[in-house]
Amino acid sequence: MSRPIQSSISHPATQIYDEAGSETAAPARRPRRARLSWLGRIGMTLVCFWLAMAVFGPMLAPYKEGVLASTLSFAGFSAAHPFGTDYLGRDMLSRILYGTRYTVGLALAAAVLASGIGTCLGLVAAVSTRWVDEVMCRLFDALISIPSKVLALVAIAAFGSSVPMLTMVAAVAYIPGAFRISRSLAVNLMTLEYVLVARARGERLLYIARVEVLPNMIHPVLADFGLRFVFIVLLLSGLSFLGLGVQPPNADWGSLVRENIGGLSQAAPAVLMPSIAIATLTVGMNLLIDSLRRHAGFGQGGRP
Amino acid sequence: MSDVMIEVKGLRIVAASPGGDATEIVKGVDFTVKQGEVLALIGESGSGKTTIALSLLGYTRQGCAFSGGSVRVGGTNVLSLDEAGRRTLRARTVAYVAQSAAAGFNPARTLMDQVIEPALLHRLTTRDAARAKAVTLFRALALPDPEHIGERYPHQVSGGQLQRLMAAMALITDPAVIVFNEPTTALDVTTQIEVLAAFKRVIKELGTTAVYVSHDLAVVAQMADRIVVLNGGEVQECGDVDQVLDAPAHAYTRALLAASAGREGNPASSQAAAAAVAPSVPLLEIRGLSAGYGRVDRHGNPAVRVLDDVNLSIPRGSALGVIGESGSGKTTLARVVAGLVQRTSGEVLFEGQPLPPGLHGRTADQYRRIQLVFQNADTALNPSHTVADILGRPLAFYKGLRAAAAQRRIGELLDLVKLPASTAARRASGLSGGQKQRVNFARALAAEPSLILCDEVTSALDTVVGAAILDLLRELRRELGVSYMFISHDISTVRSICDDVVVLYAGRRVEAGQRRLLDQPPHHPYTGLLVDSVPALKRGWLDAHRAVGNCALPLLSENVSGEAEGLCSFRGRCPARVEGKCNVARPPTRVLPSGAQILCHRSADELKLLQPLRGAA
Repeated sequence: MSRPIQSSISHPATQIYDEAGSETAAPARRPRRARLSWLGRIGMTLVCFWLAMAVFGPMLAPYKEGVLASTLSFAGFSAAHPFGTDYLGRDMLSRILYGTRYTVGLALAAAVLASGIGTCLGLVAAVSTRWVDEVMCRLFDALISIPSKVLALVAIAAFGSSVPMLTMVAAVAYIPGAFRISRSLAVNLMTLEYVLVARARGERLLYIARVEVLPNMIHPVLADFGLRFVFIVLLLSGLSFLGLGVQPPNADWGSLVRENIGGLSQAAPAVLMPSIAIATLTVGMNLLIDSLRRHAGFGQGGRP
Repeated sequence: MSDVMIEVKGLRIVAASPGGDATEIVKGVDFTVKQGEVLALIGESGSGKTTIALSLLGYTRQGCAFSGGSVRVGGTNVLSLDEAGRRTLRARTVAYVAQSAAAGFNPARTLMDQVIEPALLHRLTTRDAARAKAVTLFRALALPDPEHIGERYPHQVSGGQLQRLMAAMALITDPAVIVFNEPTTALDVTTQIEVLAAFKRVIKELGTTAVYVSHDLAVVAQMADRIVVLNGGEVQECGDVDQVLDAPAHAYTRALLAASAGREGNPASSQAAAAAVAPSVPLLEIRGLSAGYGRVDRHGNPAVRVLDDVNLSIPRGSALGVIGESGSGKTTLARVVAGLVQRTSGEVLFEGQPLPPGLHGRTADQYRRIQLVFQNADTALNPSHTVADILGRPLAFYKGLRAAAAQRRIGELLDLVKLPASTAARRASGLSGGQKQRVNFARALAAEPSLILCDEVTSALDTVVGAAILDLLRELRRELGVSYMFISHDISTVRSICDDVVVLYAGRRVEAGQRRLLDQPPHHPYTGLLVDSVPALKRGWLDAHRAVGNCALPLLSENVSGEAEGLCSFRGRCPARVEGKCNVARPPTRVLPSGAQILCHRSADELKLLQPLRGAA
C-alpha cells in the first residue's frame, strides 16, 4: 500500500523497473521474528522448564526412584522433603521429577505421531482424486465419532497397559483431528494459482504436497500440534488416574495424584503438587500456542 | 466561505512501520472543493489517494496517523474532533462508498435492513420513513424493481446493482459530502457505465459534493468537474477536467495520459510477424469445444456448461485475444487448454496432434510448451519460496538444470523480464505488483514454451505498470517468437497486442476475426455493446452515450418453440434481436465485410444500420 513511487516517471515505454523501492523490500525480506507477548513468554518458560525436567529431572532428584526416604507418610513441606512425602513415605519431589519423563515424553511422542501421521494423510487426501479423499474422510469421520477416552479404555482392556501401548492409543485417538485440520488447510491452498501452475507444469502430486502446499500451512499445523500435546497430557493423566496408565512402581503425574488421593483429607502436598505440575504444563503450553497462533495468523497460510 | 465545502491544507499522514520509524505517505496536500462540485483524486496505487479520501472522514487506516495540516468539511475541522464528534460527522456530513460492495454487505441480512441501518443507527428518522426514502433512492439509482429489491439478500443481486445499493446506503442520511473509492474498478465495462450513469444522475439531482477516487482517467473524465493528480503522496497537478486532459501542466500527468492512450490502439509491428509465418499447421486449434463443471450426465453434458461449441486457432507466433465479460468462460477456456479442467466434447489440437483432455497422459514436452500465467500475481507465486526457487523449479523439472547452470539461466530470465538480478534472493511478498507479474512471466518463459496462456495479466495493475507489461509481452514475442492466448475483458488491451480476436458470450463464440473487427462497425451486437462501453477519454462521453443507449429493447417472447438448445445466448440483452427469429432458431454463422465471423440472425447491412454510433464517435 505504501510503497514509495518516485515522482519522475518518464514515458512508460522507457520505464524499465517498476518502482517498489529496494528500501521497502529490505524489512520484508527479514524473516518475521515472532515477538512473543509477556503471556507467551510465561508459557514458553513453563514449557521449556518441563522439557528440561524431562531430560535432567532424574539427575536433579534428591532421592533415587522408589526409595522409601521417610517413615512419615503424607508428610507436609519440609527442608528434607520440599514437596512432602507420599503414602509410602517416598520423597514427592523426586517422584514428580521421575514422573516428568513419562508424562512429557509419552505425550510428546504421541503428539508427534498423531500430528505427523494426520498431517501427511490430510495432505494426501487433499491432493488426491475425489474418491480417495472421500473414502479417507468418511473413515476418519467414523474414528472421530468414538470418544477418545472410551477408545483408550477399550484398547487397554483388550491389550493391557504398557508404555508403547499408551503411546499408540493416544496417537490413534488424535490422528483424525490432525487429519481434518491439515486437510482443510491444504484443500484451501490447492485452489490457489501457484498450485494450479505447478499442476499444469506436470508436477507429481507428492512434489505439490511437499513443496507447494506444506510450507504454507506449517504454522497452523504447529499450533495444532501444541493443542494436541495438551489434550494427550490430559488423556494420559486421566487414564493413569483411573489406574490404567503407567503401572507401579513407575508413575506419571496422573498416577501420582491417584496414588495419593488418600491424603486429600489430610491436606497432604502429595496430592496437590502433581496436580499443580499438570496444570502448569498445560496452561503454559496453551499460553505459548495462543501467542504463536496470533503471530502466525491462524488459517491464513496462503497469503503473506 | 460558505461556498467552500471541503478544504484540505498541508495534510500530512505518516505510517509507522514495524521497526518503529515512520514513513510519510501523504506529504502536505492542499485542495478545496466547492459546494456541489465533484472532485476526482487520481493516481496509481501507493499514491495516497485512498488515504487522503479516508482523512475526509477523520479516519486513518491502522498504523497510520495524522501528523500535520487541517481538513475542514463544511466548516468543522475534522482532525480536531474527538471520537464522538467524528461519529456524528460520519452520520450526517460525510459518507463513504467502498470499492468492493460484495465485501461491504452482510450476506445474512436483507439489503433493505442494511441500506437503512445508518439512518437508524444515528437515530435520524423512523424505520418507515427510512424505508420510503430508500425506495426513492433505489429508483433514482435506476435499480430494477425499486419497491421490492430491498427484500432480497446480497447474493441475489448483481455486482453492479450491489455497488448502487452501497451508494444508496451512503446517501440515506443525506450527507453533504460523499466519498467514492474506486466504485467501478471491479466491474465489467458494460456494468460500469450503468453504475457511472446512475451515480452521476444522483449526485446532480441531490446537489451532493463528491470526492471520486480512481486510477482510470477515462472514468474520471465522465464524473468529475475538477481533477487532483497525486503521485507519491504529493499533488502533482490540480485543475479543471478540460485543462488536465487537454493541456496537462505536469510531466507525471502527461505520462499517465500517454499510458492510457498507449492502450487505446497501437499499430503494433505484429502484422509483419504474422505475415512472415507460413500458413502451415496452426500451433493450437480448438474444434467444437464444450466444457463445464459439476456432475456429468448420461449424454456427456456437465451440470453447468461453461463453454459451448467453441472453435478457434492460433497460428505459430501470433497472438489471439479472447474477450468477454466475467462469466463468459474465458478463464475456463485457458484451463481446458492447460488441462486443468476436463473438456466434455470437442478436440484440442496442438501442432496438429490431439491433446489429451486431462493432465494425465500429456507428454513432458506438451507440458513444457504450454504455459499458464494468471491474473493475480499475489496468489500465483508461492509466498514461502524465493524468486530463485520459483524460477529454478521449471528449469530443473524440464531441463535438468541445476546449481551454476540454473543460476546463470535465472539471471538471464530476470534480465529478459527486466528485473535486477538481486531479485532472485527475495520472496514474492517483498515485490510490487508489477514485479510479481514479471516474475510470473519469467517462470512461464523458463520452460521455453511455444504458447503462453495469459489470463487477465494486466487487469490487476495500474495503467503505467500495465502498459510496461504489455510492452514486455510485445518484445518477448518479437525476440522469442512465442504465441499468446491473451484473455482479457479490456478491449483496448487486446487491441494493442493481439492479431486475432475471439469474442465469447456465455460460453459461445459470438464473433471471431482479425483485430480490425474491433475498429469499425458492423460488429456482432454483443461486440458492439462491449466496444461502446469503453469510456472515451473526453468529457461528455457518458451523457452522449446514455442518450443513444437508453432506447427500449424490442419485444421478445421467451422461448416460443420450447427448444432452448442452440439459441443465441445474447438474445436477452441484444438491442438488435428479432422476434420470431432469435427466440426460435439457432443463429447462422455469417461473414462480415471485415472478414469476421459472427453468430447472428442479422445481416451485415442491418447491423451497420443499427450501429452508426461508433463511426460518428
